[in-house]
Amino acid sequence: MLVDLFENRLALALIVVLGVPAVLVLYIVAVEALLTRVSRRVSAAVRPWLWLAPALGFLGVFLVYPTLATIYRSFQNRRGDAFSGLENYVWFFTRSDTLIALRNNVLWVLLLPLLVVALGLGIAVLVDRVRYEVVVKSVVFLPMAISFVAAGVIWRLMYDLNPNTGTLNAALDLVNGPRVAWLSTSPINNLMLILVGVWMFTGLAMVILSAGLKGISAELLEAARIDGANEREVFRFVILPLLAPTIAVVATTVIIFALKTFDIVYVMTNGNFETDVIANTMYKELFANGQQGRAAAVAVVLLLATVPVMILNVKRFKQQEEVR
Amino acid sequence: MRATRGQFRVVVVGGAALALVLAACGGGEEDGDGGEGGGDEELSGTVSFIGSWSGDEQDSFLAMVAPWEEETGVTVEYTGTRDLSQQLTTGIASGNLPDIAGLPGPGPMNDWYGQGALQPLDFVDFDTYSGATPEGFADLGMSEDGTLIGVFTKAAVKGLIYYNTAVWTAEPPATWADLETAAGGLATGETAQWCVGLESGATSGWPATDWIEDIVLRQAGPDVYDQWVAGELAWSAPEITAAFETFGSVLENSYGGSDYIVNTAFGRGANPMFEDPPGCVLHHQASFITDFFVNEAGATPEQFDFFPFPDIDPQYTGGVTGGGDLIGMFNDTPEARSLIEYLLTPEAQQIWVERGGFISANSGVPLDVYPDETSMRSAEILQNAQTFRFDGSDNMPAAMSDAFNRAMVAFAQNPGDLDSILAGLDETQTDAYAAD
Repeated sequence: MLVDLFENRLALALIVVLGVPAVLVLYIVAVEALLTRVSRRVSAAVRPWLWLAPALGFLGVFLVYPTLATIYRSFQNRRGDAFSGLENYVWFFTRSDTLIALRNNVLWVLLLPLLVVALGLGIAVLVDRVRYEVVVKSVVFLPMAISFVAAGVIWRLMYDLNPNTGTLNAALDLVNGPRVAWLSTSPINNLMLILVGVWMFTGLAMVILSAGLKGISAELLEAARIDGANEREVFRFVILPLLAPTIAVVATTVIIFALKTFDIVYVMTNGNFETDVIANTMYKELFANGQQGRAAAVAVVLLLATVPVMILNVKRFKQQEEVR
Repeated sequence: MRATRGQFRVVVVGGAALALVLAACGGGEEDGDGGEGGGDEELSGTVSFIGSWSGDEQDSFLAMVAPWEEETGVTVEYTGTRDLSQQLTTGIASGNLPDIAGLPGPGPMNDWYGQGALQPLDFVDFDTYSGATPEGFADLGMSEDGTLIGVFTKAAVKGLIYYNTAVWTAEPPATWADLETAAGGLATGETAQWCVGLESGATSGWPATDWIEDIVLRQAGPDVYDQWVAGELAWSAPEITAAFETFGSVLENSYGGSDYIVNTAFGRGANPMFEDPPGCVLHHQASFITDFFVNEAGATPEQFDFFPFPDIDPQYTGGVTGGGDLIGMFNDTPEARSLIEYLLTPEAQQIWVERGGFISANSGVPLDVYPDETSMRSAEILQNAQTFRFDGSDNMPAAMSDAFNRAMVAFAQNPGDLDSILAGLDETQTDAYAAD
């Protein structure tokens, strides 16, 4: 029965799309019907929990359980039949290639948000003052529509050593410069990979920051100008502080992406030439080497690295709530 | 022109093979006791098959199974993938496996049999199968406990050395020293001795692992080769270090320097060989590369030819490295059994041989049905091999093989780092061959 369902994908899709919401609605109706039979005090105390239960259930099955299982797994050996203590973590923090991956992730986390926010903000502020704003924004936003794998392939061609394929080396040839092996020359190859990420993300940053910019009231800017502030001072002391929450949102998104960056590196160098990153290490250990314990340990390290970013995020949300 | 003739032949031979199969099974269907496929029940439904063949190879595979499909009424659902290993590892973890699959090599094959995923092929008549293939070939599909779990259909000869016929006009060299002298004489000015290209996505570096394997087998002998592949000999051992050094001298005399070598896709690596003036004299690769010569470099079949990798140390003469597409069974069904038995027959293999790009290890496939000189001579080398060894890196644990690929990229970029590269490989070796 279940197997038949999986084979008939259309039926399965219908059941999932229509069936799951229907069951949830039925659940809520049933809960309310039950609650009318108990006293008001009890129902008020129980209702939120019953309403929350499905969501908590899904969260538990799809988020909490896998996380706990991964942490548990990271202390086990390769086959998962015996505990190996901290061995997987010792491996991660003592191998030169995993440490290079860690270093590269630090580079990604520092450079990617910096470049993306700087460029996105710059473009947003500048095009705000011209008539062809929509055109420029569309063009800058366009790369967002491309998948990371496709972007990796495109940029691999751009960086190709052969000037008949590689645009960058063709340009260098024009000015009689020496050809550069962009992807295999460490350390510039890391920067080259990060630039692909910048190309992908600047559009997103620009759109969000531009929306934030439009939200700043014109009277405020005018008041600042009347008070004698020049354009640079207006930007520095009025626009920037007011945009700070938006910038934080963009930066957090990009930082989290930088931590888990995978596609670009996998497609363009597969971690050779000292460009490996943590997510690629995890993939390699899990799928190529069958080292599930180590892969789990890498996943836990990655998870721990995102925790501080998450804490900052949650704190900021709370502050915003208080302001409201 | 060639294609039309090929297609015509396929029709004729396909028809002939079909007639054979029908003749063999015809009686069975009438009195209802089933075909020759080994099972008593009627075959029906589908057989799912995951393989690494795509494009022309996929078409040829489908042409090869077509007579079987027609005879049994079973449909082969073929899926081609670029990455068998990852596809099947995931499949084993999730339990979603094809009936039959191409296997990436004997190493993973043994792992998967140990995990209970691969089924024994005890219905295959081993004596007939191994009798038709070169010495030791069939044994590569054996598990450690002596059960047949993988069979070869398509074979490949590695370590062929290709040359531009307009540049290299001498006889094939008998020894490595002869080769170096002759190539050194031809490499002047713009022309280097070798073309090497190592880029290959997630498996970058593998063309150089073939190099090391060819050198180890001929320079240190099959015993050292076996110990090294089995993880019993360290990478920093003098024999392996010497093989890297021999390859180092090849890299030194290669077209374009290290940037070219590590950044150029293996299929385009030999393009300079056909330029004017030629960028290099020789290119080392398995027999499949001729497709790339024609399609990537635009060379005509008259422009290139090959000779076998020459002996390095005369006491280890006649070594051949190669590979093959292993096939294993994950779901033991009568249909899957029947298909595997069919694929092993010389009649089935001949269909693909005639279409080109297929080298059969089965001596039942006559040499004169090969559509071109290259594949015929490759098949001849394979059938006459004195010492045949399977591609070493495919035989190593996955983690070792991955580290080997990466190490070759690192070595080609910085040959001076040899000691630290080998030390790194030693570290992976201790780790990858450990039981858990």
